Amino acid sequence: MNWKTWLAAATLGLALGQTALADREILNVSYDPTRELYEAFNKKFTEHWKQETGETITVRQSHGGAGKQTRAIIDGLEADVATLALAYDIDAISEKTGIIPGDWQTRLPHNSAPYTSTIVFLVREGNPKNLKDWDDLLKPGVEVITPNPKTSGGARWNYLAAWAYAEKKYGSEEKARQFVGKLYKQVPVLDSGARGATTTFVKRGIGDVLLAWENEALLSINKLGRGDFEIVVPSISILAEPPVTVLDKNAEKHGTTDIAKAYLDYLYSPVGQELAGKNYYRPVDPEYASKYAGTFPEVNLVTVNEAFGGWQNAQRTHFNDGGVFDQIYKPE
Amino acid sequence: MAKRVIPGFGLSLGFATFYTSLIVFIPLAALFAKGLSLGGADLWRVVSDPQALASYKLSFGAALAGALINLLFGGLVAWVLVRYAFPGKRIVDALVDLPFALPTAVAGIALTELYGRNGWFGAPLGELGLKVAYTPIGVTVALTFIGLPFVVRTVQPVLAGLDRELEEAAASLGADRWQTFRRVLFPALLPAALTGFALAFARAVGEYGSVVFISGNMPFRTEITPLLIYSKLEQYDYAAASALGMVMLLFSFVLLLLINGLQFWTVKRAGG
Repeated sequence: MNWKTWLAAATLGLALGQTALADREILNVSYDPTRELYEAFNKKFTEHWKQETGETITVRQSHGGAGKQTRAIIDGLEADVATLALAYDIDAISEKTGIIPGDWQTRLPHNSAPYTSTIVFLVREGNPKNLKDWDDLLKPGVEVITPNPKTSGGARWNYLAAWAYAEKKYGSEEKARQFVGKLYKQVPVLDSGARGATTTFVKRGIGDVLLAWENEALLSINKLGRGDFEIVVPSISILAEPPVTVLDKNAEKHGTTDIAKAYLDYLYSPVGQELAGKNYYRPVDPEYASKYAGTFPEVNLVTVNEAFGGWQNAQRTHFNDGGVFDQIYKPE
Repeated sequence: MAKRVIPGFGLSLGFATFYTSLIVFIPLAALFAKGLSLGGADLWRVVSDPQALASYKLSFGAALAGALINLLFGGLVAWVLVRYAFPGKRIVDALVDLPFALPTAVAGIALTELYGRNGWFGAPLGELGLKVAYTPIGVTVALTFIGLPFVVRTVQPVLAGLDRELEEAAASLGADRWQTFRRVLFPALLPAALTGFALAFARAVGEYGSVVFISGNMPFRTEITPLLIYSKLEQYDYAAASALGMVMLLFSFVLLLLINGLQFWTVKRAGG
């Protein structure tokens, strides 16, 4: 053999060795506020997998705005698992790429949401404007901080929560439209994302109330500014179900379907439920839900499916171009 | 063809064409292909929507205002840096480049902090009844910030290369200071200043990161076109997003062409 053949053989051997030796890994593409939850969960899961199978694996994690993360998957980021904010985003993945079937949401319990959350009010210490429920937000002089629902997934939950309240309380869609229209007249700035809105309220001291995810609100109170803010739970709010799914074709391609499936199942296990509760998400397992009942006050929660006929409908009616949200701002 | 002193014309021209196609032309062609896939009626509906029209006004208006401010004050900064010696000059010189280096989101957050209702500048300005953050003025402030280096860095080297003897000659021939500036300095600096102006403008039109924090993103009032493009993407409406991108590109192209024409005209006029 001449030197070229040797070189080729050596390279080939090295490459084969590499493939055999490299740990299998999965990529979980998620949105911003789950960072702390999945940091803790990934550690527990890799330990669990090692114990069960003896195999060492790596779980990689990516966080960002939910819409941006979804577009990354659609444009070809080969994630094995998606854990996003809205079913609407995962629907878009199914529709645009076909890497998951249309009925993905029925594959796991509780609409594929292993934990839930809701929308609450974050107010300043002592609740100086005495804001107790959605009606109080329309009082003259009250400033409401919420991001732009056209650019922020979280903001869409805020909007729908207000709508669901008004529709229940005042009994008609027309009244709900007026209520939400008035509510947005109290909003002095529409940040492009949820983190931006939190900064406006917490750091810049603008506004009397921030509409926020319950998990984010609890996090800011317990980690950032204990004592500076209070949480107010309205009488009616929306049940936010951040869904999870295996991205079938990507996982098949990587040969990681078994890990990806086990990863999501583990979210529903006692360990996963415990971590969800600790990170301020409401566990779906009744046992852990009652364990964390002290953290999460009881609210009358409305789901997107029953109040709005699903996310596709809600998006089309309210947030797409020319929808109800755009009409609020149309100059007369 | 006459023989050239430096060989390699064919090769370098070929490479330059290939390179600009790869980096500029192909992505832009893709943008147009996507945007035009909407078809005439839909395309027109998207780009002539009242909300889109309001956003063009803000995006181009604020970018032009910012570039004009930079033309004036950036020119002044360049003058001071070239013509005077003072302690700390190198630091000021280095500061000019900061807007280049700073991630734009950081700039946006810092400016909003300063000009917000409770900020160092925002609070006293508010007392005077002037709101900056979350108004078109705030957008202009952000676009002025990011555009500053362009004017300074294009005018500075030309100014440094000007022969001082020209000014002395003008003075000795009886020109007063104003005449020296207007007849000798100004024509020499104008082409470079216009280039800086065009660059600052072009940079500002497409700016997203710093503006979204300070603008407040209120539909019809403080919504820039790039934000509208972003909100189309959130609806997975890639074609409509591309259509708005096309409009921005065409507008900018025409404006840059006009500025270049103006520059050509001034050079010719100065020469003739």
